[in-house]
Amino acid sequence: MLLIKCPHCGPRNSNEFTYNGEVIPRPGMDVDPSMWRRYLYMKTNAAGWQSERWFHVSGCRRFLLIERNQDTNEIRMIRAYGSQS
Amino acid sequence: MTLYRLEPRPGEVIDRSSEITFTWNGRIYSGYKGDTIASALAVNGVRLLSRSFKYHRPRGMLTATYHDPNAMVQVGSDPNVRSAHRLVEHGMSVTSQNTWPSLDFDIKAANQVIGRFLSPGFYYKTFMSPRWMWPWYQKVLSRFAAGGKVSADHEAAVFDHRYAHPDVLVAGGGPAGMAAAIAAADAGAKVILAEEEHQLGGHLRYGDADDLSALLELRTAILTRSNIEVMTDAVVTGRFDHNWVPIVQRSMDHVEERLVHARAKTLVVAAGLLERPYVFEGNDLPGVMLSTAVRRLINLYGVKPGNRAVILTSNPEGDAAAADLERAGVEIVAVIDTRQGNTVTKAAGRKGVKQVTDSSGRTHDADLLVTAIGWTTPTSLLNMAGDRPAYDKQAARFVSTSLPDEVMAAGGMTGNGSTQELVDQGTATGTEAARRANGDPPAPVSKLKTGQQPELYRSSTHGFVDFSEDVTSRDLFLAAAEGYDSMELAKRYTTAGMGPVQGKVEAVNALAVHGEAIGASLLETATTTWRPPYAPIRLGTLAGRKHDPVRYSPMHSWHETHGARPLLAGQWVRPEHYGDPAAEVKTVRESVGIIDVSPLGKIDLRGTDVSKLLEFVYVNKWSRLDVGKVRYGIMCAEDGVIMDDGVTGRLGPDHYMMTTTSGGAGGVWNWLDDWLQTGFPEWDVKMTAVTDGYASINVAGPMSRELVDRLADIDLRPDAFGYMEVRMGTVAGVDDCFVWRIGFTGELSFEIHVPANHGLEIWEKLLAEGKDLGVGPFGIEAQRIMRLEKGHFIVGQDTDGLTQGFGVGVDWAIKMDKPDFAGKPELAFQSERGDYPRLVALQTEDPAIVPPEASQIIDGEAGIVGRITSSRMSPTLDRSICLAQVAHNLASAGQQLNIRLPNGATVPARVMEHHAHFDPEGTRLRV
Repeated sequence: MLLIKCPHCGPRNSNEFTYNGEVIPRPGMDVDPSMWRRYLYMKTNAAGWQSERWFHVSGCRRFLLIERNQDTNEIRMIRAYGSQS
Repeated sequence: MTLYRLEPRPGEVIDRSSEITFTWNGRIYSGYKGDTIASALAVNGVRLLSRSFKYHRPRGMLTATYHDPNAMVQVGSDPNVRSAHRLVEHGMSVTSQNTWPSLDFDIKAANQVIGRFLSPGFYYKTFMSPRWMWPWYQKVLSRFAAGGKVSADHEAAVFDHRYAHPDVLVAGGGPAGMAAAIAAADAGAKVILAEEEHQLGGHLRYGDADDLSALLELRTAILTRSNIEVMTDAVVTGRFDHNWVPIVQRSMDHVEERLVHARAKTLVVAAGLLERPYVFEGNDLPGVMLSTAVRRLINLYGVKPGNRAVILTSNPEGDAAAADLERAGVEIVAVIDTRQGNTVTKAAGRKGVKQVTDSSGRTHDADLLVTAIGWTTPTSLLNMAGDRPAYDKQAARFVSTSLPDEVMAAGGMTGNGSTQELVDQGTATGTEAARRANGDPPAPVSKLKTGQQPELYRSSTHGFVDFSEDVTSRDLFLAAAEGYDSMELAKRYTTAGMGPVQGKVEAVNALAVHGEAIGASLLETATTTWRPPYAPIRLGTLAGRKHDPVRYSPMHSWHETHGARPLLAGQWVRPEHYGDPAAEVKTVRESVGIIDVSPLGKIDLRGTDVSKLLEFVYVNKWSRLDVGKVRYGIMCAEDGVIMDDGVTGRLGPDHYMMTTTSGGAGGVWNWLDDWLQTGFPEWDVKMTAVTDGYASINVAGPMSRELVDRLADIDLRPDAFGYMEVRMGTVAGVDDCFVWRIGFTGELSFEIHVPANHGLEIWEKLLAEGKDLGVGPFGIEAQRIMRLEKGHFIVGQDTDGLTQGFGVGVDWAIKMDKPDFAGKPELAFQSERGDYPRLVALQTEDPAIVPPEASQIIDGEAGIVGRITSSRMSPTLDRSICLAQVAHNLASAGQQLNIRLPNGATVPARVMEHHAHFDPEGTRLRV
């Protein structure tokens, strides 16, 4: 159970959140199937730092951008979408 | 009282004024309150506690702790109880397990004689062939399986969970752990001190007078500090990310066990040391015991562990055991000191030790052999924090090498010391733990120096390495000779370390013996890996109490008192029907019925950009929806798979009300939030989930207009309020209602949404006002029948996790000319591909046969080509009707198909022209 320091709610257990996966930019509409499927399915799943999206569904209902190390589960950056810090 | 009870000891934990009687294999015995099952048996001269796993060898107490591999018993209907830990209770019925016909005379002990056949890999080698014999082998072998018996009518116990947020959590309540807790508390920290055994104190409890007075001082200090919560009989079972630490708390008054989920700012691990057994011939005989086991028996329970003892010692703790035994009146036959180059080579006897042979060949008659040959560091929690302990040759044990800042080791795990040194080191650790919990930068704490301990693993003879799995040093040698030259492989091949004790007793011996067998010292290159849980956790403890909240509509009380059969749909308890769903269908088709659809997901959307949002999340067009109109929409995920559907109405220029399926309400709400927050934050859309804010009633049937007209202050005439339109207004005097005209059932219908607190009132008024029209309630079963008659699909029932937008026959709704919407590219690929399954209506040739949902559709050569997704007997058409997913080439109207029923019979069926079996033109809706 990770501890996620929500910028609005303070430190909370990760079961208050949903994990929405690593941040992959959405391609335009005119791409070929392989590009679109890369967006849908081909996750980098880095052994190390990754930018990912979490949703504080049982808290403030804000989407958070989180940098987490997948080797150690260390979290070095959390910010809410739409805020600068 | 009995032969083996000693005079009172200063540190004993038994209450001699409180006698307890219990049964052991049917015979009545007595002990004192505070005795463990095993100590109470030992007092009565019972040494034989179990038969071993594979060879059914006689076994007695070895470690006298929770982790004793030989002391598992059955208590009532509870199997695998650790008898050297569980306290004996009045009337307890204790039996031995893994024995037949009895503990004393066990037929399977013949396995000992044929033991050479039970060498590593025996099962693999012997039962490989012929393969067809395996079911028979399995039957016979399962009778030989070890462990207690689970009773089918075992009474369910209550378990509990708790969440705790200590600043400092100390795992282990020996001198260092207690001192760490005190120091952390004095530094202002909120502390939990968890101790696996029944009392705080660790080895001080069975030590000398100085130890006991030090213990008293520490206990008093803890009692006077209100910011230390002490948990005894509570084992820390793991350490997970961000210091998430589960503690299993036993001996609770109100529950069987409790799982404490602790989030500790700093975890201090002060788990002490475990004494390690010695490998030699006969080392598993009852009467061969660790020095700490005899000291526990004598000093905690006042038990005389034997009459004539041989002591094998290599350290001061072994010497102390010899002194304890002498004080307890046990005759010391010989003290064999490894520091003088002597050792033990053999213990012999049938059901217990009778004779001990030393390395000079001398034999000693004795019924007790006490060994003190060194220690295992239980680094479990440290491993789980990322530590890779390394072997310290001088101390002959593993020590911690590196830990994250939020985990610290204290006491005997770090080295050796006097009681005062342990307390001092614990104090320093506790102070630093509190500093770190406070967010201060970490400072180092000095460890204790490791003492001298000769390296002793195996004597010149072979004996048991793993007592729980019956693995001998000879087995490990054989595995090495067969080519298993890696410990990881040898472990899996021999199963050493894989039994209930999980390495605490045998892991280091196995590593040493395996190293000896392959001719390399593994200890110096290997590390020990301990995985969670440190101690077993019962499934009930993991499950805890059942907390499954359900949701009720505002009309629930009415349904309950009017014979509704409840159905759990997602979290909602809904009326399935009120007795006769077919009659309810008839009511709706002929006059008017009302259904409680309050669980329908409702999302209030306001702002100037709502139509952009709708345009993006739905596959159809929304830009030209006028105020007062509603539209049906389908939502697809980015992979084109249908995620939800529902109608959305425009209540005002910048005000919309979206509805979702009952089950999809939460998911759609999150989905919209995702796009609004991360995709299009510039859009002006304010979203509120209002599912619980409205009670929703669908009034359906040819008389619905007349009924609603009697209550609603809204012009309902067909030219004023058309199909797929919405009006806001007053219903039965209640303001702020909205009503829309839609038709899931296929009949003229008005769906009334009223503020939730008026739901029951309006429900009852509808029934009262419509009496002369023949109004009646209908449940979701009648609704499902009617929607199937109309061929309306249900997301998740007629679609699945692979059903993309074009698969459900609503191609007209998917507007590929929109510049962008969720799932558009994938839907374009689907449309191009064309080979996806189609949703079709089916009718069986025999109108009386209703193929069960999920029946397969078979096509001779091709095999399975589809399945029935919905099926019912239609009361309106008086025949069976279905929706089905079928392969694209078999989906055209008139196609003949075969449905395979669960009983193997095949029934022919035909693909229909329309999804709707009834009124395909929709004339009944538009009146």
